[in-house]
Amino acid sequence: MRTILYILQKEFILVFRDKTMLPMIFFMPIIQLIILVNAATFEMKKIDMVVLDQDMSSTSRKLISKFGGAPFYVIKTRTFSAQEAEDALKDNTADLVLKIPANFERDLIRNDKANVQLLINAIDAVAAGLINAYSTNIISDFNKDVLAEWHDLNQMNVDLPLDVSYRYWFNPTLEYKIYMLPGILMILVTIIGMFLSALNIVREKELGTIEQINVTPIRKHHFIIGKLLPFLIIAMFELAFGLIAGRLLFDQPIVGSLFVLFTMAFIYLLVALGFGLFLSTISNNQQQVMFTIFFFLLVFILMSGIFTPVESMPEWAQHVNIINPFKYFIRVLRMIMLKGSGFTDMMKELVSLSIYGLIILSLAVWRYRKTV
Amino acid sequence: MENRGVVIQARNMVKKFGHFTANDNLNFDVYKGEIFGFLGANGAGKTTAIRILCGLSAPTSGKITVAGYDVHRQTESIKKNIGYMSQKFTLYDNLTVWENIRFYAGIYGMKLSAIKVKTDRLMKNLDLEHARDKRIASLPLGWKQKLAFSVAIFHDPKIVFLDEPTGGVDPITRRQFWDMIYETAHSGITVFVTTHYMDEAEYCDRVSIMVDGRIDALDTPAKLKKNYKAKTMNDVFLKLARGENVCPDSYRELNS
Repeated sequence: MRTILYILQKEFILVFRDKTMLPMIFFMPIIQLIILVNAATFEMKKIDMVVLDQDMSSTSRKLISKFGGAPFYVIKTRTFSAQEAEDALKDNTADLVLKIPANFERDLIRNDKANVQLLINAIDAVAAGLINAYSTNIISDFNKDVLAEWHDLNQMNVDLPLDVSYRYWFNPTLEYKIYMLPGILMILVTIIGMFLSALNIVREKELGTIEQINVTPIRKHHFIIGKLLPFLIIAMFELAFGLIAGRLLFDQPIVGSLFVLFTMAFIYLLVALGFGLFLSTISNNQQQVMFTIFFFLLVFILMSGIFTPVESMPEWAQHVNIINPFKYFIRVLRMIMLKGSGFTDMMKELVSLSIYGLIILSLAVWRYRKTV
Repeated sequence: MENRGVVIQARNMVKKFGHFTANDNLNFDVYKGEIFGFLGANGAGKTTAIRILCGLSAPTSGKITVAGYDVHRQTESIKKNIGYMSQKFTLYDNLTVWENIRFYAGIYGMKLSAIKVKTDRLMKNLDLEHARDKRIASLPLGWKQKLAFSVAIFHDPKIVFLDEPTGGVDPITRRQFWDMIYETAHSGITVFVTTHYMDEAEYCDRVSIMVDGRIDALDTPAKLKKNYKAKTMNDVFLKLARGENVCPDSYRELNS
């Protein structure tokens, strides 16, 4: 036990004495947080649109003005030429082409049915999906208007018996920032903790100081705990720091209890740092450990559910994702911060992370060799 | 000399790295309280041997005991009884003298109060009281090496292993360093030292000379010089290195 305290003391002295490390640990993540939370948003702010109106009727104009009146749509050009509309898509000046064919109004009156076409630039699939959703909404709205105008009210009620109303729970205004912040904060805290602990051991290997430690009767698990705790404590501070920044800068709500949040964070960090420590025991220099950590980080982050929902991944990917600690913690963080969940709501994540931590730390202790 | 007790015993010690044999069937005994010189050119296998004896590296085969413990199975017990100063300089540059001592003594399990008392005495002996709170990085190499040695024996081990402790320092500092080694040996700690400075071999009680992974000679410096009809240890070494292998009786006995 005393041994661990001596290691802890030494690590803290070394971290706080390093004049380049301190700002890296405490200011870089906050700057990243500010940039990323503001930048990483899925909201559509502006949709550049080209209108190809081949009907030129009062009904088609009504539809167009419906788009023009919607908040994000900017009608760049109106044209009669299909070629020109297509070109606009090709040279990226338009996100969306609305094509209203000739006889649109006539068909609508005669057949009660008419077609319009949406051409969406799907280079960015997420944006394309949003444009589609928004546009479909506008068109169905237009449908309703047409019905109301052309039929009497009673009949309309028969045609549209269901009035769906939406309510988004836990994030009523669908504010992306408060949804993204927990995820981004988690990534930053993880990166700092993982790199600090992993690089630390490998650095001792490079300097040769690890030999001097290996030649002492130090117990292997004391060594690993001694290397884990300082960086875990730093990462926890980092998390607190980030939460305060989120609160002050983005009005980030934390519905759940801070105690639950920090307890879960502690367990999660055991896993994340344990992972880093394990990688450092199988690497010989800083380059190797950087590359392996980057490999896992990239996969873990992209599959974590921060950007795309885990549920929509193919089944094999969801199975692979069992070893992704980010996946568990991102859910946990969002549940606590947005929903106010307690331990009982997150039993599955709690148990999974605990078992994971136990396994990965045992692996790290086992793989750390005092005798090679 | 045998009745002084054997602290290190190596029989048929072999270490292979793939096809390369770094230690080829080494046999030697080291007695309590002696200064045992482990000589050889760079790459002769000295560091490999010392790492095996310290429990840092597992031997391929052989029966080897250090301080009475087996190097195959009881490395952790060995580590309680030895000190080690490696070729690579291993004090932390960014820690002060005191912080380095506290850390290393600490992980040997010493109590803080005991570490404090002993550090005060050590600083006085080394005349380094003014440098106690200076960072290692700011100290001259000679001081660093003296400190590294002091840290290696701080927990009073039975044996201390020194792997080329005097590399890169001036002759005066080397001489002072050897004074420290003598003092240590006088206090009852066995000193196992590797070097490629042949003048340092003269200071040892007994020396073994390694050539290409084998021990080609092992005896007191005086006897070696006599057997090889050489004036200095340097001549002994050169004769051995050139392959004039006149194996001295004492070593042949041990090997048979």
